[in-house]
Amino acid sequence: MTVKFCWFNLMPWPDLPDDFKTEHRSVWVDIDGSLFDPERANGVYHEYMDQLEFADELGYDGIGVNEHHQNGYGIMPSPNIIAAGLARRTSQAAICVIGNSIALYNPPHRVAEEFAMLDCLSGGRLVAGFPVGTPMDTNFTYGQIPALTREKYYEAHDLIMEAWTNPDVFAFDGKYTQLRYVNCWPKPIQQPHPPIYIPGGGSIETWDFCLENDYNYSYLSFNGYLAGQTLMDGYWNRVGELDKSMTPGRAGFAQIICTAATDAEAEELYSEHMLYFFNRCLHVFPGFADPPGYRTVKTIQAGKLDQFRKENQALFKRLTWKDLVEGGYVIAGSPDTVRERMEDMIKRLRVGTVFCLLHMGNMPDWKTRYSSQLFAEKVMPGLRGIWGDEFADAGDWWCKPMDDRVRPEDTMADARRYPEAPRGPVA
Amino acid sequence: MSATETAPAPAFEEVVVTTRRGVTAPVRVYEPAGGASAGAATVLALHGAGGWLPGEPVLDGLAAAGLRVVAPVWPAWSEHGDEDRLSDMQDFALHGWDVATEMGLLQGGGAGELHLMGHSMGGMIAAEMAALAPQSAARMALLCPAGMWLGDHPIPDIFAMLPYQLAEVLFADPDVGEEVLTGGADFSDNETLTRFMVARARQQGMAGKILFPIPNRRFSERAYRVTLPTLLVWGRQDRLIPPAYADAWQAALPDATVELVDGAGHMLPYEQSAAVVAAVTSHLTS
Repeated sequence: MTVKFCWFNLMPWPDLPDDFKTEHRSVWVDIDGSLFDPERANGVYHEYMDQLEFADELGYDGIGVNEHHQNGYGIMPSPNIIAAGLARRTSQAAICVIGNSIALYNPPHRVAEEFAMLDCLSGGRLVAGFPVGTPMDTNFTYGQIPALTREKYYEAHDLIMEAWTNPDVFAFDGKYTQLRYVNCWPKPIQQPHPPIYIPGGGSIETWDFCLENDYNYSYLSFNGYLAGQTLMDGYWNRVGELDKSMTPGRAGFAQIICTAATDAEAEELYSEHMLYFFNRCLHVFPGFADPPGYRTVKTIQAGKLDQFRKENQALFKRLTWKDLVEGGYVIAGSPDTVRERMEDMIKRLRVGTVFCLLHMGNMPDWKTRYSSQLFAEKVMPGLRGIWGDEFADAGDWWCKPMDDRVRPEDTMADARRYPEAPRGPVA
Repeated sequence: MSATETAPAPAFEEVVVTTRRGVTAPVRVYEPAGGASAGAATVLALHGAGGWLPGEPVLDGLAAAGLRVVAPVWPAWSEHGDEDRLSDMQDFALHGWDVATEMGLLQGGGAGELHLMGHSMGGMIAAEMAALAPQSAARMALLCPAGMWLGDHPIPDIFAMLPYQLAEVLFADPDVGEEVLTGGADFSDNETLTRFMVARARQQGMAGKILFPIPNRRFSERAYRVTLPTLLVWGRQDRLIPPAYADAWQAALPDATVELVDGAGHMLPYEQSAAVVAAVTSHLTS
């Protein structure tokens, strides 16, 4: 298998004020509405979508979007809207929607339908993500009861998968959703269904769920690969315990990456934008992070308590560019430096998919494109073959597009070439 | 001084029952002063989201006043688990009656009258129990119950509060509250913190099934059924569910009176227990 690189845009709001951290309680859930400027958003959305389309041209394997609500670093409550736009303007890259918070859709069958639409529209390029969802999105913004969220999530999953795989009309009698006639129409091109990615934060139940269903587990954190290793080691231990293949395709990781001509240039170009991200975008009121009942007792007992200690609440405030780079939060530098560290990251975490966070915080368009292009041309090619042929037959958890799919760029050109409309008989 | 250190020797016996649903519930039984008497009225008392403390001055006080008190420990507040068996308001209210059944409180005959009482979340459950079966209890006392929502008086979101913020909204005097809430625990110790986080996840997670995100499961649409005389006791300094809610409850219930208590916040039973005992005893024995 080859390593897959997905260019990911969180779509942060770029104008959080300098005093955001001191004057505002949270970037998420109860963020000050007056900070959003809809007319400015017109340009912001188009800039971010242009960047995703540019990543397709650069040869990234995938372009990625996700779902957040009432969030200053993610202005994408509906990733499917963005994905639909991308499906019309690109024809190569996988469209990775990582994903839809399936417990929030009423009924969740809506996700089966919209993902099927995206798969048809893109010619089978959809990679479908089913996050349990963060407490900020799921519980505090969308009002789901924390202790019942996971149960509702599993039920939503069962409904969607049956909708995709059961060829007959069926009735679904769930605790949270009851439907007399389930009949997913349209259906996805990829059969039996698009590849499923489960983005996780660290709930150990999620590992077993991925492994039982053979889904990719992707650890999406902003803490970088050094901090992520403990958790990914735990995941791989569990893979071994359940006697599943150790193919890296089962795992993905999100990594912030900054590429420049030299290490010094990377700091000069990107430092302020990384600090914007860590200091403003991650300024989440800690009371929103762990509503009781959201994390299971098992996960709490597994011992991730550091985030609740007072001394760690101010962690990011103390971070400098040097800390960010040395701590692995950010992989930054010249193409050689970045390649070396990326190789270390991919091997340490044993991942087959990398969600490349190349636009972060308030990074301007030109810097984003510069970093993305250098990475695509000078880093990515040397990393794709890291896993050699060892896992060639083990599956790659990637989309399988139609060969003769519609290429939107061609059809649009054809449509414009048509000389004049045909005229029928005139009375 | 902490709640643990000041806890008197238990004035109750604990029995463990298993309901017909299959939920195991420890139940505290406070016998009336002078020993059990066949004709004594029984108060079925339901705790708030904090659970029962080792010492419960109001329950002691009611027993001293001649009432028998039966106080179940709700699933998730006991070590038995079983909280997954109850998902919603109907499950909660039926569980209350299921426990009453197992405790022999619904047998009629020689048994004395049955009264309902509940604090905060427990008051919300007691009120729902009364709406389901108003003829099964004689009187009811609700101590600042949850269960309604007034747009002009939004209830602070306890599920988004950090531990150190709780005392401020729960107690008239936050300094006293801090001691009652932490019980002198040392949270710099990892095991203590883990135990605290697990208990919080289980208990407040369970409470969230009827309180999150808005503590309103449309009781007001069923309030008309609660014909039993009901006393509402409220702390004047309640900053969680402010006294405006007392008026709303009184308006919703067919037969309700309100008693406001000075020097008490939402943790009224611990802040002004003597006043609560006096008001509740007077109501239940009149």
